[in-house]
Amino acid sequence: MRYIPNAENDWGEMLQAIGFKRLEDLINILPEPLRLKEALDLPSPLAEMELVQHLLSLSEGKKMISFLGAGAYDHFIPAVVDHVLRKSEFYTAYTPYQPEVSQGTLQAIFEFQTLICQLTGMEVANASVYDGASAVAEGILMAQRLKGRKKCFLARSVHPESRIVTRTYTHPLALELKEIPYTAAGSTDLNALRDQIDGETNAVVLQQPNFFGCLEDPEEAAAIAHAQGALLIVAVVEPLSLALLQPPGLLGADIVVGEGQSFGNALSFGGPYVGFFASKESFLRAMPGRLVGETVDREGRRGFVLAVATREQHIRREKATSNICTNQALCALAVLVYLATLGKEGLKELARINFSKCEYAKKRLGELGRLRFSGPTFNEFVVTLDHDPQFILPQLLQQGIIGGFPLKKFYPEMEREVLICVTEKKSRKNIDRLVEVLGSVLKEAK
Amino acid sequence: MKENWPGACGLILEEPLIFEKGAKGRIGYSLPRLDVDEADPGKIWPSKLIRKDWQGFPEMSEVEVVRHFTHLAQWNYGVDSGFYPLGSCTMKYNPKVNEDLARLPGFSGLHPYQPEEIAQGALRLMYDLQNFLCRISGMDQVTLQPSAGAQGELTGMLMVRAYLNAHGNPRKKVLVPDTAHGTNPASSSLCGYQVIQVKSNERGILSPQAIEEKMDEDVAALMITNPNTLGLFEEHICQIAEIVHQKGGQIYCDGANLNALMGLSRVGDMGVDVLHFNLHKTFSTPHGGGGPGAGPVGVKDHLVRYLPVPMITKDQERFRFDYDRPQSIGKVRSFYGNFGILIRAYAYILSMGPAGLKRASLVALLNANYLRGKLKDFYFLPYDFPCMHECVFSDRLQSQYGVTALDIAKRLMDYGFHPPTIYFPLVVHGALMIEPTESEAKETLDQFIAAMVQIAKEAQTDPGLLKNAPHKTKVSRLDEVLANRKPKLRWKP
Repeated sequence: MRYIPNAENDWGEMLQAIGFKRLEDLINILPEPLRLKEALDLPSPLAEMELVQHLLSLSEGKKMISFLGAGAYDHFIPAVVDHVLRKSEFYTAYTPYQPEVSQGTLQAIFEFQTLICQLTGMEVANASVYDGASAVAEGILMAQRLKGRKKCFLARSVHPESRIVTRTYTHPLALELKEIPYTAAGSTDLNALRDQIDGETNAVVLQQPNFFGCLEDPEEAAAIAHAQGALLIVAVVEPLSLALLQPPGLLGADIVVGEGQSFGNALSFGGPYVGFFASKESFLRAMPGRLVGETVDREGRRGFVLAVATREQHIRREKATSNICTNQALCALAVLVYLATLGKEGLKELARINFSKCEYAKKRLGELGRLRFSGPTFNEFVVTLDHDPQFILPQLLQQGIIGGFPLKKFYPEMEREVLICVTEKKSRKNIDRLVEVLGSVLKEAK
Repeated sequence: MKENWPGACGLILEEPLIFEKGAKGRIGYSLPRLDVDEADPGKIWPSKLIRKDWQGFPEMSEVEVVRHFTHLAQWNYGVDSGFYPLGSCTMKYNPKVNEDLARLPGFSGLHPYQPEEIAQGALRLMYDLQNFLCRISGMDQVTLQPSAGAQGELTGMLMVRAYLNAHGNPRKKVLVPDTAHGTNPASSSLCGYQVIQVKSNERGILSPQAIEEKMDEDVAALMITNPNTLGLFEEHICQIAEIVHQKGGQIYCDGANLNALMGLSRVGDMGVDVLHFNLHKTFSTPHGGGGPGAGPVGVKDHLVRYLPVPMITKDQERFRFDYDRPQSIGKVRSFYGNFGILIRAYAYILSMGPAGLKRASLVALLNANYLRGKLKDFYFLPYDFPCMHECVFSDRLQSQYGVTALDIAKRLMDYGFHPPTIYFPLVVHGALMIEPTESEAKETLDQFIAAMVQIAKEAQTDPGLLKNAPHKTKVSRLDEVLANRKPKLRWKP
């Protein structure tokens, strides 16, 4: 029992001190009818070596060239990130309730909050939330607290999982969630928004770049929302784009939320990831989640503490701004280390590499199929194939290529559309290979 | 202070904010060569969407980054540093091999939208973990989706709500004991319920009478924590469940304290309809400085149809995601859950086996009762009964010298220990909530006891020493009032 120091030799004296004879007798603290008589029906224990072998076998898979993005992005993670995450003073600590022995976590979160403000162009950011999708839901709940009106508008080009999560979170409220269609350019139909929005609207939600990889016009959307006294919420799911794109905060957004996975967090089959949440300073008291603030100790030295906690569940209970209890501290630390390592110039350069490779892939794939949307993109785009992706993609898979995300899963009208993502990890050779294999598969399907 | 406390002195290095170090043009990363023609967003994107240069972003070399975070890490106290008896948080040891396993490239590189046929190992792991959790808890089905305990609560209460609505029986209230975690009322309120507080009795637990009085046909559920936050087993839980069920309500169990029950008792046998697990407590996954954790939810058969999508099912030997669940509450987060955390919990259960898990719970009980017995002559113990995995003292005896729970907590740092949870549960004034877990050796417990006894003496003889503690940490007591009055939440150039 290598994880439990106290063994039989230690028990005797301890048991005697508390008036018990045998370790097993401690079960008698429980009422008799609820004492479990039989052993748990679980596999016998594995030794460390057996455990490693078992998990290695579960994790084995064929090496693939993948063009999947759609809200989870395959970027290279510099070694320094994981070396910092493995420092056990970080990962074996809990929430910094006792600031004097948690200054490492607290300063790191303060730095994270600052970087999120700089990237999004906002005034305050929290210590992070669970993921990008729940961040959208929390944003809508915050808008509801601030405005108390009846409806919200979500662009159909917002990540479908964010929209489903928002529906789940807001179901108990009498809140109408209306969707805004997309145009032939692939961006949100702001004319449709202008026609439908009214004074009963809390907020409008856009994603930048949107789920199709296309760029939105937050400035115009902000003008439309603000004219009705509503808020503009902008979700950013591929935050690397913020190195090149004008931050939503400078284009009129009131709340900016998003997914931080792209920065130093592994794909890991969908989690753990890290949501970020930023807003205008005037909305501070309505924000959900943890906040870290700067203060001084008794000698006047700089230090950091959890701040403005009177919004939170452990103090406000049923009147709290959210039920969220922790943040995603270690994932936020990964974001911080990643951004510190790349620095401003590295981040810009990496974004340009992603953009250039994607433009190359767009040009090459445009030779085979149709680009579904005419609008500008960052590092993913939609292609319309001549045949059902349900038949085409498995054939690519056989040749070691995951050819993208079939959009029919979330958009019934997109029967032949595939969302293709290109990050810096795809070489020109990889892209050429996709074009070549897809070309021959499509030709054979004719 | 004696010389042999863990809290000696050390060299502590100063470290500025990342924004205050480095210099223009420094970079800690080598970018890959561009092997296609360079494209210029300036020529393709609308000009108003092009970002201009911005101020203050870090520019550092790799070595500066590493030193920065090494210094920060030195200012933190984790389970690997020493004893961390933070009550109700189960700060047990985080096995190192599990950290390696979660990082196997075959797991960490898996994209969530990867076709099922090339993610079978991951799906099998999740499927097996669901079953393990069912067997440990006695629940019928488990979802692994929720990111944390609080999100598990939301998921569970949304299912209760969906169940009652589907039976044409919508309700307005939720009963929450006065000993509950703050997340319980907050989650209920997020589900649109009015929260009714129920008082625990003189033994620190819920009495059937108290529930009978508050229970009516407008109550959707009782949220109960077992063992509760006083570390006491809710021994009337079955009778209470019967009262609630008779009037058509559901029982939600907060599983924060499940570390007391593995192999000893099953929540599913206590009349509970919904239960959340905290994998970062009971199943040894790290707390990460405050997340990521994982908060799977178990339900009884009648609630299975409301579980979030997708569920993982097995057809013959093939695992797949099942989205075809029309009565599902939907989703509480993107994708399937904190998979990296699930791997660690799965590895823990396989390492421990049935007897190991039972031993973990028994030793957690032993350690807690040992501390309780050894400290009760020095600290006031408001509920003097055998406890489960944690015990709650208060600062009543020390308060006559003007010493508070906060002062005791801060002084413990000087002795080299992380303080216990303080001022919670709310029913104990000046609470000190101590959860040793099974991860501590007897010598560590004895050392902690000696430190607590010493502090109790200091409270009498030199209360100022406690009021001004901690003395050995990097910073002394921090001004939290200032941080709230004038929030400074970011660095500015």
